[in-house]
Amino acid sequence: MIRWQLAYPETEIPLFGRPIGPDEYNAFVTMHGTIMVFFVAMPLLVAAMGNFLIPLMIGARDMAFPRLNMMSVWVLAVASLVLLASFFVEAGPAAAGWTGYPPLSARIEYTGVEYGLDLWILALALEFASFLMGGINFLVTPINLRTRGMSLFRLPLIVWMIMGASILFLLSVGPLIAGAVFLLLDRNLGTSFFLAEGGGDPLLWQHLFWFFGHPEVYVILLPAAGAMMEIISTFSRKTIFGYKSIIYAVMIAGVLSFLVWAHHQFISGLDPRLAMPFSITTILISVPFAFIIFSMLATMWGGSIWLTTPMWFAVGGLSVFIFGGVTGIFNGSAPVDIYIHDTYFVVAHFHSTLFSTVFLGGFAALYYWYPKMFGRMMNEFWGKVHFWGTYIFFLLVFVPMHLLGVGGMMRRIADPSKYEFVKELLPMNEFITVAAIGLLLIQAPFVFNFLGSMFVGKKASENPWDATTLEWTTPSPPPHGNWPGAIPAVHRPPYEYAVPGVSEEWLPQSRPEGAAS
Amino acid sequence: MNAGSASTPDAVEPSPVPAAKLGIWWFLASEVMVFGGALVSFILLRLVGPGWSEDLAHNSVALGSINTLILITSSFTIVEVLSAQKRGDEKKFRSFMGITIVLGLLFLVIKGVEYSAHFSEGLFPDKGLFWAFYFGLTGLHALHVLAGIVANASLLVVVSRPGGFARYSHRAEMNGLYWHFVDVVWIFLFPLLYLG
Repeated sequence: MIRWQLAYPETEIPLFGRPIGPDEYNAFVTMHGTIMVFFVAMPLLVAAMGNFLIPLMIGARDMAFPRLNMMSVWVLAVASLVLLASFFVEAGPAAAGWTGYPPLSARIEYTGVEYGLDLWILALALEFASFLMGGINFLVTPINLRTRGMSLFRLPLIVWMIMGASILFLLSVGPLIAGAVFLLLDRNLGTSFFLAEGGGDPLLWQHLFWFFGHPEVYVILLPAAGAMMEIISTFSRKTIFGYKSIIYAVMIAGVLSFLVWAHHQFISGLDPRLAMPFSITTILISVPFAFIIFSMLATMWGGSIWLTTPMWFAVGGLSVFIFGGVTGIFNGSAPVDIYIHDTYFVVAHFHSTLFSTVFLGGFAALYYWYPKMFGRMMNEFWGKVHFWGTYIFFLLVFVPMHLLGVGGMMRRIADPSKYEFVKELLPMNEFITVAAIGLLLIQAPFVFNFLGSMFVGKKASENPWDATTLEWTTPSPPPHGNWPGAIPAVHRPPYEYAVPGVSEEWLPQSRPEGAAS
Repeated sequence: MNAGSASTPDAVEPSPVPAAKLGIWWFLASEVMVFGGALVSFILLRLVGPGWSEDLAHNSVALGSINTLILITSSFTIVEVLSAQKRGDEKKFRSFMGITIVLGLLFLVIKGVEYSAHFSEGLFPDKGLFWAFYFGLTGLHALHVLAGIVANASLLVVVSRPGGFARYSHRAEMNGLYWHFVDVVWIFLFPLLYLG
């Protein structure tokens, strides 16, 4: 619907019955950002993968605090309901952008949104509480419940990544919680933390928000990158390139991610003397991520690659991520950013990075662990149709979008035909909208494949991909308590593929030292 | 952990820190960031702002000092709870926990007296940025004190049941960690909001 409005302003939208106005457009853009980041990306990548994979991969029967875990699920459910409810209250849902910048968000008069925005803040607060509980679980479980022999440097990388994401989340969300409390007070008690006329400072919210907001990007990215590493190593039949170095790179990136937030504010009236240091840290942070990407490429180098659907998605995600990463350099440097800030170039940039991780990485993980979850295989043919459709339509949507941004089209405008210099870009907007509809339609084979394979899919064995990590040593789907008998002990690092001098092609982590070769 | 199937406990890699303690430390780390963010905002706005010494003068240093003393004393009594737990001294455990709870309540009562004095002077959160921060920060802290009192009281209740001491008294350490945290936050708030 957002795309429709941009391509055919003020016309009726099919299936919706009427055109949307600028206020509704603002609300849709806000809610799209909020739902995608906090209610799709985080639950899917962090919570679902963390809860399913951590105990299976480290050899534990359950998480460290099962009751806390259950509570976090229910709190998340309530948060989602609160957010959905905000669509139906008087004056509609939040419309101040997903970043909720004051002064727009701090007074009811500015957007005309009444309780919708309070509900939005409440939903986010509940969601943060839920992930605090989850995050504590994701940290304590791998630290305390590893099976015998599973030393920290034998953990599969995705467990490291989820732990890293949890630490980043736990340490970055605090200031934003404080900020959310202030914002609620501003709206309901008439305080002016973020309003200049009362002595407050709207920039303060931006600092509090982005201090969380940038690490949050890595909270989403790391688990997806972890899933890609597992998949790429398995299907290249090679050990991961630079296992320990990847872990150190993630630690460096984690520390740096707390020092880059102001790059979202180069045009917000930030002291120009600060722009330089933040440009430098921002460009610096691409170094550890470049290292991680090159490790994945080096893992594939010379491997005997097995092109299954999860592998296609992982490699596709990697390629789009490289693309998004390169455009990030443009954004990171303050002089260029001042020109492209708040244009569609930025929109295209973060969609490239987030789409590649959340959706392509997420799909890769789903296709890969589906047999373990449901005990049946997904259909390979339709999986590949889904991949190629998604990949091609994605590029058709977002590559032209960079051109829109360089052409000067601003983000968050409801009607591009109102601005003279953007008018000439209208055909390109129409093209993008058609491609976006294609992107939506091509998800149909996935939905059918996902649901259908639960009943008619080929029965999956314990280890359909010949993978080495611990979750593949138990029946698919795993029984209550994860292993029917005793939990296997671990004797070797993950990713022992094609070890020289060993007759077997792969060695599971549970294989004792002496039994090899 | 889980009924599962194995009757013998599963072998795990030994860890120096029990899970519950590790969990509470991570929780406190995130709490530090909540108050850290709020306090840094306050300090920065104060540095660039006109200064709030007139507003500050409305706060009673005497009441604030008494409250500081109360919280520090309660930190001492909760350590006594822990040492009673280590010695297995059920009676001391209960009485010191009781004192800690009473001290926490006393703190809230004095805070309430201060609040009502402000309200009668017409000082509400919307009367300028200092008062917004004052009520925001102390209110958030008071909620944490209240949560700590509830946690301590519920521990006291379960420990007083027959057989409860052996089962639950080790949780005193978690309560103690949290209570110390609440205390430390106040030690930052007091100079910033009363003395500064």
